[in-house]
Amino acid sequence: MKHLNRIFTILIFIFLYIPMAVLVVASFNVGKDITDFEGFTLMQYVEVFRDRSLLTLLGNSLIISILASAIATVFGTVAAVGISGLSPRLRKPVMALTNIPMTNPDIVTGVSLSLLFVFIGSQMLGQRNALTFWTLLIAHITFNLPYVILNVMPKLHQMDRSLTEAAMDLGCTPLQSFFKVTLPEIMPGVISGAIMAFTMSLDDFVISYFVTGLDFITLPVEIYNYTKKQIQPKIYAMFTMLFLLIFVLMVVMNLLQLKNDKKQAKRGGAA
Amino acid sequence: MKKRNNSILLSTPYILWMLVFTLIPLGVVGYYALTDVDTGRFTWENVQNLVLYLPAFWRSILYSLVSSLICLVIGYPVAYFIAHRKPVTQKFLYMLVMLPMCMSFLLRTLAWVGLLQDTGIINNFLDGIGLSRLPLIRTPAAVILGMVYNYLPYMILPLYSTIVKIDGRLIEAAEDLGCTPVQTFTKVVLPLSMPGILSGMTMVFVPAVSTFYISQKLGSTDVVLIGDIIERFFKQGNNANMGAALSLLLMILVFVCTGIINRFGGTDEEGAVIV
Repeated sequence: MKHLNRIFTILIFIFLYIPMAVLVVASFNVGKDITDFEGFTLMQYVEVFRDRSLLTLLGNSLIISILASAIATVFGTVAAVGISGLSPRLRKPVMALTNIPMTNPDIVTGVSLSLLFVFIGSQMLGQRNALTFWTLLIAHITFNLPYVILNVMPKLHQMDRSLTEAAMDLGCTPLQSFFKVTLPEIMPGVISGAIMAFTMSLDDFVISYFVTGLDFITLPVEIYNYTKKQIQPKIYAMFTMLFLLIFVLMVVMNLLQLKNDKKQAKRGGAA
Repeated sequence: MKKRNNSILLSTPYILWMLVFTLIPLGVVGYYALTDVDTGRFTWENVQNLVLYLPAFWRSILYSLVSSLICLVIGYPVAYFIAHRKPVTQKFLYMLVMLPMCMSFLLRTLAWVGLLQDTGIINNFLDGIGLSRLPLIRTPAAVILGMVYNYLPYMILPLYSTIVKIDGRLIEAAEDLGCTPVQTFTKVVLPLSMPGILSGMTMVFVPAVSTFYISQKLGSTDVVLIGDIIERFFKQGNNANMGAALSLLLMILVFVCTGIINRFGGTDEEGAVIV
């Protein structure tokens, strides 16, 4: 039974990684067809850096996801502190509001925001292009905010309330007590919220697809446009490089956390 | 008293932001759904025309329910396996499950096209060893495979988080009190995994029921899902009003379906498992 489960798990991991392997192999292919390996080449990788159009798109994606997740993290953390101090009667509807983008299908979120922007832009302001960089940014901030709130709120609840009161009794202004007491306490939640928001933003296709204008296009949206026409093999090279980068980042983060855990365990053992 | 005022002050900008960018847009969707595409006047026509798309709705719900159940059946053993490793191995395997979620799902679905198509990698292989080619792509099975493949991590991760928290002493106690392994599983482990199962089901069902890329690439042209129809009305059909009516119905259906899924467990602690 134990062995059976091990074999089954390995099979599922193979299932999860086979399409990625196909894309990695395709990045070294001389030919354009994903199903027919005609010979080995590194040309696609050279092409990514020579042509630069893909790098520009990746840059756009990074600009949006860094800006949106940074704004959402600051905005969301402040809001979470506020929400946690509200009376339960007020807090409930606010959390229901927070859950809307989480429970709605992405396509509905995308469609509803795009209709709002078009409605305000063309019907009320009379603009021809209602969808711009700014609408894309607003959309990303909006779907990032719940991730920050839902990561920070539990940390605020776990926190000992008397700590902030003690800080104020000892002469801290509310602002000082926030930066010196509350923020360090909830930092793990803030960081995991920020990371989650960033990855959601970077990889988002569905919502971006509906709210993006012609002047600012992110990588996932352009990949969609490519897959409708003949796909350029250099995209596979880009995919492979991103795959490696994310893999290394994840391993490094894991190792750092492991080291941190060990250090803490040691400290706990000594005390 | 002053503290409460501060809280209201701090949360008001957020509440306003969310009202303007989540609640009001849904109102705008309603407005578009109830107006005519050309004249902009009030009409019930879009809502009445929804009947034409009911088959696509049922198909979407059926496909995504089947996909969520398959994800549960194949995801549970994997989550169980991961939860019973050493902590270091657990972290590494967790990362391996999460990694595909960070990569473009469009390209990964495209890779399945390369694998499944008539002159694709699998069929070329079958042909090479002397077997006949199989009609793999443009079938309902291919669409469900695409859904299961894309959303399986959304099932495994919440399941793992719940299973790993189950107190091992409860299982020992059940065994001591004479439960067979099967009884221990059905009476102790499974009920305690319920929050993870419900959260996993929801997290697979919602994106699967509204997908519009997987079926375009892997399904046949007559197997259209509701997401495809909405996308077409917005991006090609230039009838945002009909698209709005469809989106509204989709939203209500998802709301009802996730409500039913969560009613099974009777928990209202949503989000706790997701995060």
